[in-house]
Amino acid sequence: MKLYELTIHEALNLLRRREISAVELTQALLDRIVDVDNDIKAYITLLPETALEEARLADERRREGMDGALLGIPLAVKDVICLAGAPTTCGSRILENFIPPYDATVIERLHQAGAVFLGKTNTDEFAMGSSTENSAFFTTHNPWDPSRVPGGSSGGSAAAVSADEALGALGSDTGGSVRQPASLCGIVGLKPTYGRVSRYGLVAFASSLDQIGPLCKDVTDCALLLHVIAGHDARDSTSWHAPVPDYTQALRSEIKGLRIGVPREYFAAGIQPGVETAVRKAIQVLADLGAEIAETSLPHTEYALPTYYLIAPAEASANLARYDGVKYGYAAADAADIWEAYRKTRQHGFGAEVKRRIMLGTYALSAGYYDAYYLKAQKVRTLIKQDFDRAFQQFDVLVGPTSPTVAFKIGEKIADPLQMYLSDIFTLGHNLAGICALSLPCGFCDGLPVGLQISGPAMGEEIVLRVAYAYEQATPWHTYKPALRNLSQNEYQMDKEHRR
Amino acid sequence: MEYEPTIGLETHAQLLTASKVFCSCSSNYAAASPNTLVCPVCLGMPGSLPVINQRAVEYVIMTGLALNCRIAEFSRFDRKNYHYPDLVKGYQISQYDLPLCRDGWVEIQVSGGTKRIGIQDVHLEEDTGKLIHVGGQSLIDFNRSGVPLMEIVTKPDFTSIEEVREYVLKLRRILRYLGVSSGNMEEGAMRFEANVSLHPAGVAEKGTRVEIKNLNSFRALLRSLEYEINRQNQVLQQGGKIDRETRGWDDERGVTFVQRSKEFADDYRYFPEPDLPPLEISREWVEEIRSRMPELPDERYRRFLSEYGLSAYDAGLLTDDRPIADYFEQAVAIAKPRGIQPKTIANWITGELFRLLRASGTEPTAIQVPPEQLVELIVMLNENSITMTSAKHVLEVMFHTGKAARDIVAEEGLLQIADANQIAPIVDEVIRTNPDAVAQYKGGKETVLRFLVGQVMRATRGKADPNVTAELLRKKLSA
Ligand SMILES: [Zn+2]
Repeated sequence: MKLYELTIHEALNLLRRREISAVELTQALLDRIVDVDNDIKAYITLLPETALEEARLADERRREGMDGALLGIPLAVKDVICLAGAPTTCGSRILENFIPPYDATVIERLHQAGAVFLGKTNTDEFAMGSSTENSAFFTTHNPWDPSRVPGGSSGGSAAAVSADEALGALGSDTGGSVRQPASLCGIVGLKPTYGRVSRYGLVAFASSLDQIGPLCKDVTDCALLLHVIAGHDARDSTSWHAPVPDYTQALRSEIKGLRIGVPREYFAAGIQPGVETAVRKAIQVLADLGAEIAETSLPHTEYALPTYYLIAPAEASANLARYDGVKYGYAAADAADIWEAYRKTRQHGFGAEVKRRIMLGTYALSAGYYDAYYLKAQKVRTLIKQDFDRAFQQFDVLVGPTSPTVAFKIGEKIADPLQMYLSDIFTLGHNLAGICALSLPCGFCDGLPVGLQISGPAMGEEIVLRVAYAYEQATPWHTYKPALRNLSQNEYQMDKEHRR
Repeated sequence: MEYEPTIGLETHAQLLTASKVFCSCSSNYAAASPNTLVCPVCLGMPGSLPVINQRAVEYVIMTGLALNCRIAEFSRFDRKNYHYPDLVKGYQISQYDLPLCRDGWVEIQVSGGTKRIGIQDVHLEEDTGKLIHVGGQSLIDFNRSGVPLMEIVTKPDFTSIEEVREYVLKLRRILRYLGVSSGNMEEGAMRFEANVSLHPAGVAEKGTRVEIKNLNSFRALLRSLEYEINRQNQVLQQGGKIDRETRGWDDERGVTFVQRSKEFADDYRYFPEPDLPPLEISREWVEEIRSRMPELPDERYRRFLSEYGLSAYDAGLLTDDRPIADYFEQAVAIAKPRGIQPKTIANWITGELFRLLRASGTEPTAIQVPPEQLVELIVMLNENSITMTSAKHVLEVMFHTGKAARDIVAEEGLLQIADANQIAPIVDEVIRTNPDAVAQYKGGKETVLRFLVGQVMRATRGKADPNVTAELLRKKLSA
């Protein structure tokens, strides 16, 4: 048995039975990272010393008779979430040297549960992208085919879990950034309801859309992680006061009589035929398990993309205004005055996609354009939310593909932002509506994983996890692992060219 | 041609909450070393989030009620986007189109009666850090970053600087009464922005508006208005045109100067703050806040006239500052059963006590003389136990030491001497040593008597009863 291949719940069983120690487990993962991360490039920062120290403490706690929901479990954290004392770069030059003196609330909660932090994972700069190609440092490779992207923006976390470089990971999802890479890397990713998980310490991209979510090897692990990180936080005024259920109790393989809707707009033109085939087969599995399947409609789906690309950049344009070189992070030298210092810092500190979105957002909020763009987008957002509200009056969950395609080639879409944006066409609406959704593996197309998206209403994580678990128990997909092979010289070359 | 000014005013008042508006750092930064009252939130660190200070919201609502505003049922915060080194997030959390309070008014005294100044809105926002320029370098102190700031915006209802002056003093008095702001106008607790236009006398249509920013003191406000009205008047008199622009104030040179012309007007790109849910303000909460409001200066002034029979002048002086008004009423309550009139108390406070406060620069809240002791002093005076001269002296000692009146009188042996047998030898001595004055008196110049009484007082260090003394002198000199 290879320890790094364990799921979280398997590892917890072994730890609790004292068959393995947290130090052994952590060391196995650190070794695994050394073996494969040169090829995968999932991590921006590794924390081997603190991880082993945390593992030692976990073993000590266990020896003293204590336990924790995640005592001794090694995890990876997307590099947009603050972990005190470790660099939090957000995949950006402008925060390359930024070390937060505080933990995000989710990190605090994971710490209390006994988790071990292996390192910080790669991301598109400030979580803006769908491939990690917008990272200022390097592109992460898809473990199933290193010439392809892992998806994004939480591509580092997804690749790390897929390549057994962490037992589980945290990502953030603003328009699909947990679900799409989970889909492309063949793992499970959950975007919780907006307000279910505290955003305190998550570096903001679009505040009304951002949500931290787990990326895991199976649905059970997802439930375990969510249980620890969810819940009200006095430091985040947008977090819900609702009590946190034990999500593992929701994992019953029985879904007879559940009503499952299939939005016809999620099978629109542009979807890869092999993806559609896999998803249709998955829906048949759910039907075979006794669920009642019916087609439905989310009529405003086509407006999700333009709506998202007005609201998210508008919020981002303000959220990223603080990076000016005055207080922390990169500061341009040789400026004649403060205005030139701002210009140079932001010119050299931000990458192209971030600048594009700051400009988009600034434009959408400008006097004379506000009503036509930002305000209009907010109205359409309400319509999109109403689509989901109506659907959930009729259905317990909705299902469809997570992404219209499987993992694409590195470099394939980076020159065409719109093509890249379309990669999230089925995931954006959920963030606009603030509801929850999960992606889990449902088969392969051309040897690459396909993801099934299961969506639930606000605070509907239990029903979503239940359907996902039932499907997972009935299918073998979560047991498949990528056969890692070394990258060729040629692919390294290509990777270099596409570094920004 | 004669021109008349139209002025509107924005007042920023720091709120006296214990903590900042969006984090739990102390907002009492006056004596703190730079950058010691800071946290990830008020430094705008990545990932930090604001949490609203309920007390700050209450203070704004209370102010809105005092200014006769409508209190919003639904209010929200907005981001005001601009770059400046003292602004940590690159935006200020403020309120734009859904402020907490709107449509109120304040009544001010003007020559020939009263006038209502319209209040457009009262809203809540965060203060910025402070830039300190030292030897060609700029340093930033973020202690002030996130201190709650209330902005009170008037309609352009002022037609003179005098009205602005009256309004600011009135507003300050209200804020201090409510206890929501120190109102300290020279230390930046109240700051201003004004807009000024001039139009020909008798013409209804207003002129082009010029805004003046960064007025960090009351003095700067009044001076800048005077300068700006003169400047615009000169331009217009010479047939020129006023440009719509924003001007700054140079306190050293005493001039306004162009900061931004209309073409470069700021676009703050306001949009709703996504990190703070909108505020739903229940009517029950508003009524609860109303029930906790103290009596306001105008009501108290009227009550002082009717209840205590004070003159308008005394009532005005006593109600100007809430601690003084409280002090007066406490003293009156104690004095009443002892037969002392409110007018007597008022005279002592507005006379001797105010003189001592002014001379020592003491805040009214720090007066060391409890109202009981002031009353005790007046009782001793009424009983003829001490002379007026002694009483004033005793009050001064009490003011500086906090000692009780009777203790001071005993320690210094100030009990009045009313016994003629005790005073007689001193009178004899004074007559003996002042032959010139005695001669003048006997020659018919009776006013000299006052001089001789004074000599006796001097010899007894003010303790001799002046009436008994005068009687003795008269008797002995006519003998
Ligand atoms: Zn603070």
